[in-house]
Amino acid sequence: MKRTIALAAAGGLALTACADNDDEGITVFAAASLHEVFEEIGERYTEETGVEVEFTFAGSSGLVEQLENGAPADVLATADEANMDAAAGSGLVSGDPELFAENYLVIVTPAGNPGQVSGLEDLDDEDLQVVICAEQVPCGAATQRISAAAGVQISPVSEETSVTDVLGRVRNGEADAGLVYATDALQAGDEVETFEIDGAQEDPNLYPIALLESADAPGPGQEFVDFVIGDEQARQILEDAGFTEPR
Amino acid sequence: MSAATRSLSRPPAWVLIPALLGATVILLPVTGMMTRLSWAELPALLTSPSSLAALRLSLWTAGTSTVLCLVLGVPLALVLAYARFRGVTVLRSLLLLPLVLPPVVGGLALLYTFGSQGMLSGALEFLGIRVAYTSIAVVLAMAFVSMPFLVISVETAVRGVDPEILEAATVDGAHRTAILRYMVLPLVGPGLVSGAVLAFARSLGEFGATLAFAGNRQGVTRTLPLEIYLQRETDPDAAVALSLLLIAVAILVISIAYGRSQRGG
Repeated sequence: MKRTIALAAAGGLALTACADNDDEGITVFAAASLHEVFEEIGERYTEETGVEVEFTFAGSSGLVEQLENGAPADVLATADEANMDAAAGSGLVSGDPELFAENYLVIVTPAGNPGQVSGLEDLDDEDLQVVICAEQVPCGAATQRISAAAGVQISPVSEETSVTDVLGRVRNGEADAGLVYATDALQAGDEVETFEIDGAQEDPNLYPIALLESADAPGPGQEFVDFVIGDEQARQILEDAGFTEPR
Repeated sequence: MSAATRSLSRPPAWVLIPALLGATVILLPVTGMMTRLSWAELPALLTSPSSLAALRLSLWTAGTSTVLCLVLGVPLALVLAYARFRGVTVLRSLLLLPLVLPPVVGGLALLYTFGSQGMLSGALEFLGIRVAYTSIAVVLAMAFVSMPFLVISVETAVRGVDPEILEAATVDGAHRTAILRYMVLPLVGPGLVSGAVLAFARSLGEFGATLAFAGNRQGVTRTLPLEIYLQRETDPDAAVALSLLLIAVAILVISIAYGRSQRGG
């Protein structure tokens, strides 16, 4: 029942349902790439504190757009600093965002590596079906930086709007190679083969988290932020998923 | 239709209220989006290379898809309209599937059929045809979702043709192809035009199937709706401007086509 009410509130249907009641729970807006890890961290957090967590997962820019349009939430975690900066610029963030994880790009190929790819320098081959993210989304911006730094001109057959679409095309063999995050590669397991890119770890995507100005439950909200940054179990969950510690 | 029958069939006055609300449901959000438009930047946003590439691609692929729908859909509508075999109802329901399927499901269906790992991958490779990541895939996705609109529209029109006229022509010894060419097609003209317009409009707005199947590359597979979705990530103003462009093109096509069919019919 509690869950239903909180869900309705997250959907903006019952904005007042969980106001003025600190032990009712908190709402966390988090980047799509954090889906699995945050569900797990949320469970641990609830076990420790008794505070229920409701998540909304979406692309970082979409989350910021929802917040700008009045969606109620206590905490925001994005997959890049640009979107967190945009949220801060709109006065949505309370205090300073803190970095809690890094994610870096790797090359994935379908199992068996039909295109015989072994590194970034192989991806300039026109006959190879390479899929990357469009530069408008965080993973695409990272792809541009890394290929420019390596001096490799990738000629993609498709530039997807999300990293999961890139992974999807590699997974089902529609592409010979793709650039995705290390966490995505890990999640795909045996369905893909993973190749590290020289220099990618030195130029990662940074994941910031922050309490929101509009938080209904700022106390538990800040606790959740601290839990993600400092709790040992949370750190382990992030590490197991392929995220690295921010430097 | 005489003035008398028109006043007899006129609905009661109260329907005006829900009718206005109905129009509001459609027009209000479009108006709301217009308020987000930055008119000063509009020309620059619409003439960027990526916008122009998307517009050009959308227009020619939607046009090709419409031609494909006409060439294949009209015969299909004729067969369905005159078919007497058992199972025609089931066949018709199956052919209208794209109307009820979420487009992304259509995209997956196309992917598992025409994709490089799909059912026909061997045959396509043998013929040296690559479909995935090409504009052919865009046209296929569009035709898949648009064909039913044309088929329904034309079939309904064909069923409305008085069989006695055609019978008389047959008795007079006219060839079936001649009857189709000189009697049926002119009689179903308005249905044909509205079907083609619907198919073009649906092709122009196609998003899900293209995204799931064709790919996303400027000038090749990134049509206007995909460009809008992408621009939304970094530049909402550009997304709104492109949406306006899409609306303008759709209204233009619909009004030209309907205007012409009204005069013609």
